[in-house]
Amino acid sequence: MSTIEQRVEEIKEDLDFFEDELQKYEYIIDLGKKLEEFDEKNKIPENIVHGCTSQVWLTHKQKDGKLYFYGTSDAIIVKGLVYMILKIFSDSTIQELKDIDMDIVHELKLSEVITPNRQSGVIGMMKKIKEYALNA
Amino acid sequence: MFRNDFPYFQNSKTVYLDNGATTQKPKSVIDSQVEYYEQYCSNTHRSNFGHANKATQEFEKTRVLLKNFINASKNEEIIFTKGVTESINFIASSFAKDFETVIISSLEHHSNIVPWHMQGRTLGAGLEVVNCNENLDFDLEHFEELLKANPNAFVSITHISNAFGKIHDIKTIIKLAHKYSAVVMIDGAQSLAHFRIDVQELDVDFFAISGHKTFAPTGVGAIYIKEKYLKDVKPYQTGGATIHEVDYSGSILLDSPYKFEAGTQNIAGVIGFGKALEYINHIHYENILSMEHNVYKYLDDELKKLPNIIFYNDIKDSIGSRSFNFEGIIHDDIGILLDKMNIAVRVGHHCAQPIMKKLGIRGTIRVSTAFYNDYVDVDKLIEALKKALSMLKD
Repeated sequence: MSTIEQRVEEIKEDLDFFEDELQKYEYIIDLGKKLEEFDEKNKIPENIVHGCTSQVWLTHKQKDGKLYFYGTSDAIIVKGLVYMILKIFSDSTIQELKDIDMDIVHELKLSEVITPNRQSGVIGMMKKIKEYALNA
Repeated sequence: MFRNDFPYFQNSKTVYLDNGATTQKPKSVIDSQVEYYEQYCSNTHRSNFGHANKATQEFEKTRVLLKNFINASKNEEIIFTKGVTESINFIASSFAKDFETVIISSLEHHSNIVPWHMQGRTLGAGLEVVNCNENLDFDLEHFEELLKANPNAFVSITHISNAFGKIHDIKTIIKLAHKYSAVVMIDGAQSLAHFRIDVQELDVDFFAISGHKTFAPTGVGAIYIKEKYLKDVKPYQTGGATIHEVDYSGSILLDSPYKFEAGTQNIAGVIGFGKALEYINHIHYENILSMEHNVYKYLDDELKKLPNIIFYNDIKDSIGSRSFNFEGIIHDDIGILLDKMNIAVRVGHHCAQPIMKKLGIRGTIRVSTAFYNDYVDVDKLIEALKKALSMLKD
């Protein structure tokens, strides 16, 4: 099983593959399409991620000491970002998630891809994940 | 041809269609900033040496220019502020707070809503909102009903909606408001980039002006205060340069405009504002209007050809901003992709959440033009929109 760091590296490699910015976005849009269907009943205020210009919902399930995350957005590109974050952090132990100390925007070089407004949305997702881990 | 007057367009490949947020600055405005800081940087209205006198003269020259530009009757009626937001907050807290009722339109920017909330006014409790119809037209009948029910009200209405480009017929609004003894402030943030304003012809009581949306530097604007209200408006900031005499028993303030301009002003900004006004005088509003109208109409025609586009108003009685969405697509996605294709537009609620909520949307894609935008800009926008739509389709 890969660690959070390994998964970050994998996503980063995938993103780095595209030199053309629009191709990178096409890839992110395609990632968003792979997101699992999000249960409509989970679109409640408690699951909203703060800091996003688009609406993002993030929820989780706990099993055998690990957290599994589920999320979606009303914006197609943001769905792709949600997919990346879930891919990296889902299926991690609570302790691993509590110990996260990374600047995910920097790690994934997202500042080259998304605007500061949207970067704060990604940071918001990270905060939410950490919050779920701390309260687990 | 006037596009060459703006260095931004020589230095940038961006198709700039966010003029509702701020306009580009002509070379003469930019040069005036460098000239002030490099050649005569001094404070105004205080020291008496050569450069200080020049700074004061240039600063006051803008006041005279602006007075003539909007046909105010006296220099004292022109107060510099940092922009429309400050102008409205100033009048709201220093004058309009004593009015029982404030009436606004449905298309206001937050800067003409939140200052009233800060006074504890909410809908039906000191704040009334004039309805608009499905085409965002101002409901004059409802306005008159509100005026009848709330005589002596303070009316604070935008001239041109920043979010939708809708033009309010402010001459009729002011006349009707005065019939019911109301006092009127117009939010002119989007006005001077498009129209000549004559405050005497309008008979407006207060007119809030933006510099940076009128080709001037950021951080500068003004409020026109009709002479008869100059004594009743209280300064909302005091300090240096507002005072005739001070001792511990009290202060005697100077007359307008100085009593309203506390502290060191945005001197370079005001001087640059004057250059922007001179620039508009140089190219003439008639040219601005005809250039803008043609491109705006072309923009509308080309946008209409795109599939599943949703507009919220037609372009009759509109200028500058054109707001829209595409069915099933969130405006944010379009904004991100246009940005990557070097097209600068604004997506979101445009600081006008109440009207967005009324329309049942979270925001729009807003293309806002100025006179220097041309058909090529529109063509590039349309191509980029087509590309974005093809990327976002299922």
